[in-house]
Amino acid sequence: MQSEEPIIQLVGLGKEFFTSSGPIKALDDINLSIERGEIFGIIGLSGAGKSTLVRCINYLEVPTSGDVLFENQSLAAMSSRKQRLARQSMGMIFQQFNLLAQRNVLQNVCFPLEIANVPKKEAVKRAMELLELVGLKERSKAYPSQLSGGQKQRVAIARALATNPKILLCDEATSALDPNTTKSILGLLKEINKNMGVTVVVITHEMTVIEAICDRVAIIDQSHIAEVGCVADIFSEPKSKIGRQLILGDAAEQAIRFGSNRRIRISFDGRSSFEPVLSNMILACKVPVNIMHAETRDIGGTAMGQMVIQLPEEEIDQTRVLNYLKTAKINFEEVKDYDL
Amino acid sequence: MTFDAATIGMLKLGVWETLFMTFTSSFFAYLIGIPLGIILIVMDKDGIYPVPWLQKILGLIINLLRSVPFIILLIMVMPITKIIAGTTLGARAVIPPLVIASAPYVARVVESSFKEVDAGVIEAAKSMGASAMQIILKVLLPEARPSLLVGAALSVTTILAYSAMSGFVGGGGLGDIAIKYGYYRYQTVMMFITVAILVIIVQVIQEVGMKLSRMSDKRIK
Repeated sequence: MQSEEPIIQLVGLGKEFFTSSGPIKALDDINLSIERGEIFGIIGLSGAGKSTLVRCINYLEVPTSGDVLFENQSLAAMSSRKQRLARQSMGMIFQQFNLLAQRNVLQNVCFPLEIANVPKKEAVKRAMELLELVGLKERSKAYPSQLSGGQKQRVAIARALATNPKILLCDEATSALDPNTTKSILGLLKEINKNMGVTVVVITHEMTVIEAICDRVAIIDQSHIAEVGCVADIFSEPKSKIGRQLILGDAAEQAIRFGSNRRIRISFDGRSSFEPVLSNMILACKVPVNIMHAETRDIGGTAMGQMVIQLPEEEIDQTRVLNYLKTAKINFEEVKDYDL
Repeated sequence: MTFDAATIGMLKLGVWETLFMTFTSSFFAYLIGIPLGIILIVMDKDGIYPVPWLQKILGLIINLLRSVPFIILLIMVMPITKIIAGTTLGARAVIPPLVIASAPYVARVVESSFKEVDAGVIEAAKSMGASAMQIILKVLLPEARPSLLVGAALSVTTILAYSAMSGFVGGGGLGDIAIKYGYYRYQTVMMFITVAILVIIVQVIQEVGMKLSRMSDKRIK
């Protein structure tokens, strides 16, 4: 961390699209700060506005209200020439990789350097270094059509890093890849963040991407930010409805709708997930409970979990269970019907 | 009709005149058509340098020119032909109207080639801070190259077909021979021969165009 000031600040950002059927609000009053050196995730369902949001960060989409501050400099106030220069400090990768099909791997990585008027010799040297970093040095003469999806994204990452950007914007960068390739690409992004100090912004609709690499996450829903915070906090206690939906998923929603009794959701933080919480509870309270949904995830090295259980029918037993959880200092909340 | 040296000489001259008219006109038609095609795509309301009013006016002019039958245009532009070519007769006189007629056609063909370029790639170039000019020169033109070559084969063969009407102003060429001998003098064999030569020329242009396109396309493994 070089300084305290956030690398990106979105201030009251709004974006409206004017269509033949009237204006559509894609983003409304978005306020976010992205800190230098972090991996920041933006998650939302499709149509939530996340792709528009990431395009506003580098002004590929011009916001209709509010401002974007890049290192405290207002992008709105910049001339279009200055904006283009600023973009050279912001790399971007895409779901469909967007490599130039008629250029080979090396020429693709040299492309942003050509735009920045870097001398050819220097550009080739830099490009080869980056290809080595992403593990594709031997394929420098190959054309994109000869590469797999994962390799294409590696080339795209090398290309995005060519101009030494301070921030890397990833728009659904792994959504077109299989799970194993996704894992290796996410690993590469984490490595770049750690070793090169590049701030990474990850746009995704997959919770697994967020939990794998992000430090902080913003959940976006219907053009608004529903909640922002550390990934661990949001995973253990999602406050917004959309947060619960994304974290618990549809399976949990289905499971919860079966039960007729009172149900509670228990959240495990790193500490409690190593204790046999449920077994202890059952032994202590001497009542059976029905597990309706359970899930554990590894968030930055600690196990985070969610469990939905159905309480016993007798009210006295219910109180006993709830009291036990309270004294054991385990986070829980009651689940209402359709409370997702 | 006999195949004496004079007849063969005439056919040879016809081939030469046809090729001269076609390729000279194609060259100038592309010289004008490529920039027009670029303007059509770049200044579109969703283009990389939107100037929609200018784009619309240009589109209208192009459509107007394309609606005029070539034979009419040939007469209409005679004063211009006189200024540019210095004469309104002969093969040289056919080139200005051919260029005027085919440049708008070329512009549309070029435009459609540019439209095939993946919007995502253009967006990627923008995200790297590329200017509109850099996107045109480094993304649009090279990425559209295979499609532009296919389009060129299409345009050149169309221009070749237009050039057959040159006989009207004494332009010469194979089309002129076909009409003069085949139609006016009822020499059906002569007509078939000239048409056969035209067919071969079209085939060669088409094949060469397709082959160049395939060879230059790096998307093919």
